[in-house]
Amino acid sequence: MTDASISATWVHRRADPTWLVRLFDSKPFLVIICLLPAVGLLMTFLTYPLGLGIYLAFTDTTIGKRGVWVGFENFQYLLTDPIFLNAVFFSVFYTSVATVGKFGLGLWLALLLNNHLPFKSLLRAIILLPWIVPTVLSAIAFWWIYDPQFSIISHLLIQTGLRETNVDFINTAWPARWSLIAANIWRGIPFVAISLLAGLQTISPSLYEAAMLDGATAWQRFRFITFPMLLPILAIVMTFSIIFTFTDFQLVYAITRGGPVNSTHLLATLAFQRGIPGGQLGEGAAIAVSMIPFLVFATLFSYFALARRKWQQGESND
Amino acid sequence: MPLITRRTALQLGASAAALGASGDFAFAQSAIKTADATPPKLDIEKGATLRMLRPVRFVEPDEVIFRANCAKFAKETGVDVKVDFVGWEDITQQTAVTANTGAGPDLIMGFNEAPHIYTDKLVELSDVAEYIGKRYGGWLPMAQKYGKKHGTNNWIGLPFGASGGPLVWRKSAVNAAGFQAPPDDLAGFLDLCRKLHAAGKPPGFALGNAVGDGNGFANWLVWSHGGFLVDEDNSVAINRKETIEALKYLQELYKTFVPGTVAWGDISNNRAYAANEVWLTANGVSMYFALKRDPKLADIAEDTQHALLPKGRLNVSPMAGLTLNAMVFRHSKFPNASKALLQFLLEKEQYDPWLQANLGYWSQPLENYSESAVWSGDPKVSIFRNVMRSNFWVGYRGPISQGSAAANADYVMVQMCASVASGQATPEAAAAEAERRAKRFFR
Repeated sequence: MTDASISATWVHRRADPTWLVRLFDSKPFLVIICLLPAVGLLMTFLTYPLGLGIYLAFTDTTIGKRGVWVGFENFQYLLTDPIFLNAVFFSVFYTSVATVGKFGLGLWLALLLNNHLPFKSLLRAIILLPWIVPTVLSAIAFWWIYDPQFSIISHLLIQTGLRETNVDFINTAWPARWSLIAANIWRGIPFVAISLLAGLQTISPSLYEAAMLDGATAWQRFRFITFPMLLPILAIVMTFSIIFTFTDFQLVYAITRGGPVNSTHLLATLAFQRGIPGGQLGEGAAIAVSMIPFLVFATLFSYFALARRKWQQGESND
Repeated sequence: MPLITRRTALQLGASAAALGASGDFAFAQSAIKTADATPPKLDIEKGATLRMLRPVRFVEPDEVIFRANCAKFAKETGVDVKVDFVGWEDITQQTAVTANTGAGPDLIMGFNEAPHIYTDKLVELSDVAEYIGKRYGGWLPMAQKYGKKHGTNNWIGLPFGASGGPLVWRKSAVNAAGFQAPPDDLAGFLDLCRKLHAAGKPPGFALGNAVGDGNGFANWLVWSHGGFLVDEDNSVAINRKETIEALKYLQELYKTFVPGTVAWGDISNNRAYAANEVWLTANGVSMYFALKRDPKLADIAEDTQHALLPKGRLNVSPMAGLTLNAMVFRHSKFPNASKALLQFLLEKEQYDPWLQANLGYWSQPLENYSESAVWSGDPKVSIFRNVMRSNFWVGYRGPISQGSAAANADYVMVQMCASVASGQATPEAAAAEAERRAKRFFR
């Protein structure tokens, strides 16, 4: 009977959680379910195409024919192909010269804009224009500027009597290469300038004041305050800039299509030319895949060389 | 792509004497001869519906008449036809996907080599081709080449027309140089170009990555010297003495060109010609129509003439056009309906209005359509009636294949010429490089 009295002091007991409730209480399950959409999207739209691209690079697929696995045959052929080697050369040359140009001029522009100027905001907005305009549009504008017959520059030079013939912008190899680099620099400056301007504005004025009190010259202030303080953002911006320049497609394709005689093919344009119009999907994919080592190297270089300086972690330089 | 308004089409049609009505457009009655022939028995499948892909139009009436013809087919046979017009750059890829997946449209009107790449995915069309050929005086040589499987009499494609790029020249300049018309021999042609250059009215041919104009000129240069990319057995034959002679000829010819042709795309010569910068070039009929339409350029149009490219060492002018080539896929559930549609579209009641609607942009594949009223309108356009009367094709003298198409799209011949013209390579080195590249495509 005592049992009965105990049971009389019955307390409401929570019902056993159903399997569904337990499932949703389980942390591993929640982690998986929340990650699934993102992972799914990445797998479908990033990993799958990338994997397929890499797979295709090892096959002899063409448009119209399913290929077979050929191992490194595409790469072996490419290494003997002067057009590919020239594209490698020009991609590296284009990227390095354009990056130096963009950063030189962009940094200069950022320093100018960092001063107190009249109409500062308006000026900054104008500076961004080349970057805002869709690349294809600016590429077509440059295509006209560089046209062998109808170049506005040639026209002006002839009108003012400085030249008698049209300027050869894109009809021979080296002028064409420099013309494309100039167009790329023009387009890339705003990105660098605005990013570096943001970096400049985070530098505390008190540092400059202290330097002035110590009698530092303008060059010394730049060399020992501005530049080191800017380095972290410089590294990031440079990484992005190198990647964008190396993988550039639109400017070259719209202005020269890789011509004259393949001298201005970048790896990206050559990959497209071989893969889609030329129909050699496997070879095109191999060219695209061969860009990856260059990009990894460029990223690692700017990251390690520029961003991991010891003094940034509070130690002295050695 | 220059569009021609309905009014222009009407005016052109009205220039011929008799007028007939077909839909919204007025067409001249053409005296198309027909021979007696028995059409093949095509049992149209019950409940058939068709889906077709074709490239987008040059001119608006093209699409209107094509749709009207398909609607007429639907009315007469009860087979609904849905036609999709696809951009020129996309049709090759869409054909590839259709052929490889075995799904999609029942029939595609593609370009040039497409039926030859997917032969085993296609329905043979010999019965229709033989009937139509017999009825309309026979297929023209280029149509036979593009329609039949290599080395056989089996039709795998039905060519619907081709567009070519002959010489376009200013009469005043050529006459002032002492020529009635551009001469057919290579020495004479070089002489003409030198005189034009000396007169400050230079010639210019595209040597840049221009799919149509660049390949057209490079092919002409090599062919007219007796050279070719591949021989009948599909082995690469570009590195031969004919090619090297052609390239040496180009070295001389290039000196007479307006500067900048190595950077030219497909549109460049049109612009330069319209601006009086170039007085002799090669192009499709589109350029002449563009000049004729613009009142400011009417005097240039007036002074413009067309002529076949010089024959050089051959008996005929070597020119390969861009060909519309229709094919029916095996995966189609309605192969007979598909064949019946193509046959219907090639009959004169449908084909002739369509040919006229195209104003000469597309030239007929069948002998008897040479009498179409489209060619009796403007005498300057009439040269295009012979586009398919040519024994040349892209990838001449080999079989039409993926390889020849790819070599064309990858500018193997154009860049061989351009590298010599620009002095980047000797003729020997350029021919050897072209051979190396071509071998990759023809392995």
